[in-house]
Amino acid sequence: MVDKAQCCCSTEEATEEELLSRLDEVIAEYKGKPGALIPVLQMAQAIFGYLPESALKKVALGLDKSYSEVAGVVSFYAFFSTNPKGRQTIRVCLGTACYVRGGKQVLEALKSKLKIEVGEATPDRELSLEVARCFGACGLAPTMSIGEEVYKRVRPAKVGEIIEEYYKNNVSVKGAAV
Amino acid sequence: MAKITIDNEVVEVPDGTTILAAARRAGIKIPTLCYLEDVQAIGACRVCMVEVEGARTLVASCVAPVSDGMVVHTNSKKARAARKMVVELLLSDHTGDCQVCDRNDDCELQALARDLGIRDITYQGEKSRRLVDDSTPALVRDSAKCVLCRRCVTVCADTQSVGGIFPQGRGFETVIGPAFAGELDDIVCVQCGQCAAVCPVGAISERDQVQEVWAALDDPTKTVVVQTAPAIRAALGECFGLEPGTLVTGRMVTALRRLGFHAVFDTNFAADLTIMEEGNELLTRLKKALTGEGDVALPMFTSCSPGWIKYIEYFYPDMLNNLSTCKSPQQMFGAIAKTYYAQKIGKKPEDMIVVSIMPCTAKKYEAQRPEMRDSGVQDVDYVLTTRELGRMITEAGIDFVNLPDGKQDSPIGLGSGAADIFANTGGVMEAALRTAWEVVTGQELPFDNLHVTPVAGLDGIKEASATFTNCLPEWSFLEGVTAKVAVAHGLGNARRLIEKIRAGEASYHFIEIMTCPGGCIGGGGQPRMTTNAIRKKRIEAIYKEDEGKALRKSHKNPEILQVYEEFLGAPLGELSHKLLHTKYTPRTKV
Ligand code: SF4
Ligand code: SF4
Ligand code: SF4
Ligand code: FES
Ligand code: FES
Repeated sequence: MVDKAQCCCSTEEATEEELLSRLDEVIAEYKGKPGALIPVLQMAQAIFGYLPESALKKVALGLDKSYSEVAGVVSFYAFFSTNPKGRQTIRVCLGTACYVRGGKQVLEALKSKLKIEVGEATPDRELSLEVARCFGACGLAPTMSIGEEVYKRVRPAKVGEIIEEYYKNNVSVKGAAV
Repeated sequence: MAKITIDNEVVEVPDGTTILAAARRAGIKIPTLCYLEDVQAIGACRVCMVEVEGARTLVASCVAPVSDGMVVHTNSKKARAARKMVVELLLSDHTGDCQVCDRNDDCELQALARDLGIRDITYQGEKSRRLVDDSTPALVRDSAKCVLCRRCVTVCADTQSVGGIFPQGRGFETVIGPAFAGELDDIVCVQCGQCAAVCPVGAISERDQVQEVWAALDDPTKTVVVQTAPAIRAALGECFGLEPGTLVTGRMVTALRRLGFHAVFDTNFAADLTIMEEGNELLTRLKKALTGEGDVALPMFTSCSPGWIKYIEYFYPDMLNNLSTCKSPQQMFGAIAKTYYAQKIGKKPEDMIVVSIMPCTAKKYEAQRPEMRDSGVQDVDYVLTTRELGRMITEAGIDFVNLPDGKQDSPIGLGSGAADIFANTGGVMEAALRTAWEVVTGQELPFDNLHVTPVAGLDGIKEASATFTNCLPEWSFLEGVTAKVAVAHGLGNARRLIEKIRAGEASYHFIEIMTCPGGCIGGGGQPRMTTNAIRKKRIEAIYKEDEGKALRKSHKNPEILQVYEEFLGAPLGELSHKLLHTKYTPRTKV
């Protein structure tokens, strides 16, 4: 597990302004070239980790495209995301065994605990919420994972504890989300 | 030329003609949905599929060109079955109740289902999610009725150069709409309603205010007056099956009176007023520019078209000083009705209701702009499109076609021929020149029958110029000056014209812009569908109305002279400034 303090990439620390000015450089490079939209969006996603509204609006303005057209392209391709990713991902298994044994309720409990939807991240960008197919631990359903760690026989009422435990062990500064 | 056989008929057509066009020429009807004459042929819906001998699959006839010797079957078993399947699939994901849908008299999906003999829907599947957008005063969108034909996308992006609506998402999740399936109010939509004008179904329509107007008419404490835009009289008849281009001015007045309006006036009166104010504004700007007396922005743009106003606010906010400060005729009328007329009949503005009949959805937006309350209350209360008025007349059981002619009320109900032509592209320019020329030279505008033909017609961008000679002493600074004017209709053409000016490739003194293709006669609130052929017919009718009048110049309108004498004083005077002029708001385009 990468510790924040040791992280060598600077995205975590760069301010939104710095990131937006990097995006300006990308736009300047592609401006006026045909077919620029998709590559610029890919670069933007690389810069921000996702595609925030401010970046999309800048791309629209910079490439002289309508915002609705840019949004149309972003929502067409699955590899673009308008939600920030958490540093770690929670995956709730909704494979057959887990589904039958309460995976859905685990997911609901997580959604209400973290106050986010599937595909979103907590406001502190620590955890993203996703669903998964099968972890191969069907005998111990329902299951979920945070990063590499798999939790088995999860009870919906206990997900709060799992999250708190995670924050205690992994996040030195108490996360704002919980 | 190519010789092809369609359903055993041999037709000869120029190379490049589509199968659809060739079939139409041979009198054979192939059903279509996404295809729209003068707008788009994109082969998206597959409703127009036909069988071509030798081709592996059925082809979409709206995009497939003919080739010499081609043999086409439009009505084979395979083609019929395929078309039926396409329409059945559309119906299986369609949520709507035809009986209560505002399109149930002219819905293309309903007509297709009927024409293809569909009697039940074999496919039953999941329905797409329904998004209803009523965020704007002008339009309501309902995704559950959308057939994804993309006509609105093409019109908004290409014709109007706005790009407000695009397909969002992918596959079954696709919806046509603003960014991230959001709302029109969150984007640069100018509320022109051209999307609604081309939609084949009830997925985009005007925000209906008929109930509000009935309520006002039923309220005994209110005096309810109505104005009708110049373009209504050339189109309203279409709501009752009359030929496009039938003039129904007199019947329209009678119908409005029977609906219960206390006075029936005419936006044409206010169009004449606009010419007085805007003409003088132009001459004042020219004077300042030519004598070096002051810093003024030229060219001056007309400001009658609220979609255009919103467009320039979004896309060229640095050019707002070039816009005439004149309100549109609709808003001039509202402000005068609730002050001058209200005083005349001894009413307070708050006890009056002003209803407008407009060819336009953006007028609904304009009426509720915060700037438009100079009488102390909202100057224009409700705006009905031509289509809504048509429905109201039907609802009242009025036999429109057989009505006797009526005449507008006085004193704000008389309009000149110059006001009539505000309805079509080039008309405001012609009306302004009829007056300005005469003011400056004392002579009639030197064009045949007063028509400035170079700026008339359906070309996207038009130009004209004329050199002032024999100017009256007061205007001697204009002697020998060549006035250059331009006219554009459809916002895409407006953008092209502005870009030309910005690039230094052209320069003008005065420019008329109308938001909709063809001008107001092609407005977003007019009876559907408006093709170029129909635009031409409506324009002809408008010119006929103008030519039939003795009064053809705004500055000769006796009611205009009266309102200046009794109330306003002089054009550009203090009261004019308060009631008839306005300010604009710079906006950003994302
Ligand atoms: S859009 Fe057409 S098919 Fe759909 S409910 Fe309205 S009238 Fe019926
Ligand atoms: S009203 Fe005009 S600008 Fe708005 S979405 Fe429709 S076509 Fe585009
Ligand atoms: S809203 Fe109307 S015009 Fe636009 S895609 Fe849907 S059906 Fe076609
Ligand atoms: S179904 Fe959840 S682990 Fe297999
Ligand atoms: S009408 Fe030809 S594909 Fe839609």
